[in-house]
Amino acid sequence: MTNRPLRGSVPPPGDEQTPKGSGPAATSARAPGTALSAAAGTAVRGGGAGPVPVKSRQAGAARPGSGVGSGVSRGAGRGLGRGPGRGAGVGRKSPLARGGWTPWLYLAPALVVLGGLLVYPVYQLGLISFLEYTQAQVSGGEPTTFQGFGNYATLFKDEQFWQVLLATVVFAAACVVSTLALGCALAVLLTRVRAVPRLALMLAALGAWATPAVTGSTVWLLLFDPDFGPVNRVLGLGDHSWTYGRYSAFALVLLEVVWCSFPFVMVTVYAGIRAVPTEVLEAASLDGASQWRIWRSVLAPMLRPILVVVTIQSVIWDFKVFTQIYVMTNGGGIAGQNLVLNVYAYQKAFASSQYGLGSAIGVVMLLMLLAVTLVYLRLLRRQGEEL
Amino acid sequence: MRRPWRLAAEVSALLIAAVVAFPLYWMVLSAFKPAGEIESSEPRPWTLSPNLDSFRRVFGQQEFGRYFLNSLVVAVTVVVVSALIAFLAATAVTRFRFRFRTTLLIMFLVAQMVPVEALTIPLFFQMRDFGQLNTLGSLILPHIAFSLPFAIWMLRGFVKAVPEALEEAAYIDGASRRRFLWQILFPLVFPGLVATSVFSFISAWNDFLFAKSFIISDTSQSTLPMALLVFFKPDEPDWGGVMAGSTVMTIPVLIFFVLVQRRLVSGLGGAVKD
Repeated sequence: MTNRPLRGSVPPPGDEQTPKGSGPAATSARAPGTALSAAAGTAVRGGGAGPVPVKSRQAGAARPGSGVGSGVSRGAGRGLGRGPGRGAGVGRKSPLARGGWTPWLYLAPALVVLGGLLVYPVYQLGLISFLEYTQAQVSGGEPTTFQGFGNYATLFKDEQFWQVLLATVVFAAACVVSTLALGCALAVLLTRVRAVPRLALMLAALGAWATPAVTGSTVWLLLFDPDFGPVNRVLGLGDHSWTYGRYSAFALVLLEVVWCSFPFVMVTVYAGIRAVPTEVLEAASLDGASQWRIWRSVLAPMLRPILVVVTIQSVIWDFKVFTQIYVMTNGGGIAGQNLVLNVYAYQKAFASSQYGLGSAIGVVMLLMLLAVTLVYLRLLRRQGEEL
Repeated sequence: MRRPWRLAAEVSALLIAAVVAFPLYWMVLSAFKPAGEIESSEPRPWTLSPNLDSFRRVFGQQEFGRYFLNSLVVAVTVVVVSALIAFLAATAVTRFRFRFRTTLLIMFLVAQMVPVEALTIPLFFQMRDFGQLNTLGSLILPHIAFSLPFAIWMLRGFVKAVPEALEEAAYIDGASRRRFLWQILFPLVFPGLVATSVFSFISAWNDFLFAKSFIISDTSQSTLPMALLVFFKPDEPDWGGVMAGSTVMTIPVLIFFVLVQRRLVSGLGGAVKD
């Protein structure tokens, strides 16, 4: 978003009453417009998103304000396509535009922390990945030598790396799909039941969500323990070991990951569904739309921004699963059969002191997640999201 | 909706709730079971002789109280500091228009995606150079940094939802910028801060990788996840001890969640919007 149109329309100081007065008027004038454009596909955000924060927020009055705010700046962002009514709306930004150094002052702590503990380590990670960096270099016994792409070459020639990479992608994809399917289905279920079952499911899900990854892993291991676990007894599997086989071990970890990550999806999607104005749904059912049709043509488009967010979050979390694999398969399974990239990098770096190689794996992960991010940004932009 | 359908939906909701809650139930149950009942080939979903042996073992054999306190210090510091920093930053990017604003926002988004775990290696050396290895600082600092981008991104929605007219009115009434920030905006955004803090609390409380990598020799600085795994030997785990430790570790998070539950649900809806 450029700041030019905003700056340009800053009224003189004495004028502040005017834009303030015109604020509510502009609101009511634009409100139907937003509602209309909501029906028109991409702008669904404007209509669908407006009421979301209102539901149970103290700042109940926020709705018109934020609705207009985003509407206006979106208009400004698109450049010159400003209707007659919009000029006044832009003027409302007046006290905000004159920040001077203030925003940077507010940002300073965040930037310092992020610069020192995120950007700099990323740079270091890249650097180390180009070095010969093992225990000898760490202790200062040998000088560090520049390797160029040596670590990467070693990595890409290693068959195990490709296996681990494939396992990571497949495992993460399976986790994401299961988590999303379960989370969305249960969110819909939550809207169909009365208070008591809803509370029960909500509390159970919060419990699963709250469970730390380490304890969740140990509990699931106990549940599926070949000797003392209840699951094998119930299923009559005798002393079948779940962690022995590669796929059953992955399946066990998947169950745990889904168990502790579907609540986020469920709660978020449920909050999103609840925020859809009931009038819209009533109108749809009055018009004779079936339940499925309502979900597909009304809810799904309105929930799309939320679905995008939970999908991306799930991708990021599941791609980086570390604790569950580490604890449940005891550091990557028998002969490393259950390694994922994260654990692999850790093992290379800290268990066998090949810090350069470990960093190279880290860089590969970083690049892959960066690609996901770019997709996300494109999706946001296509939705006409205002940053 | 027709009656039988709703009934079916409610029954299945209750069943699913039971299944989802079962691992937690089993954890607490096993923590109270006597050793003989845990390690029995006929596990029963109840116990007739609950006792505190496992808890005694956990607290006796290990300085579990101390680790608990360490974990709490790390998590609370991370939550408070990152909430304050994120609040300021979110205010800056939503209430002001300035150069590079959009660039910064995109940077925050990208920063969220950085695999924290991959940074363990450089952070290890950085902490060593700062002399922070084996201290709680080595856990607090990275967690503040890693919870910031998500917190800022989430808080944006909350800060934006406060009407600008309110800000103008405050200035017209003669409030300074700082006064508006702390006495008007902060209380209004507080529910959002709570929802956000859930995430930073969890990531700090659950942290296993940093604790494992940075607290290498000084066990007095250890946190709960590491202490728990002492009982978890791959070949012969002390299940009673592990479950008792797990229970101790899970309860604070559960309490925290139940306390903020309502704000979490509404908060997520609001944050996701933007």
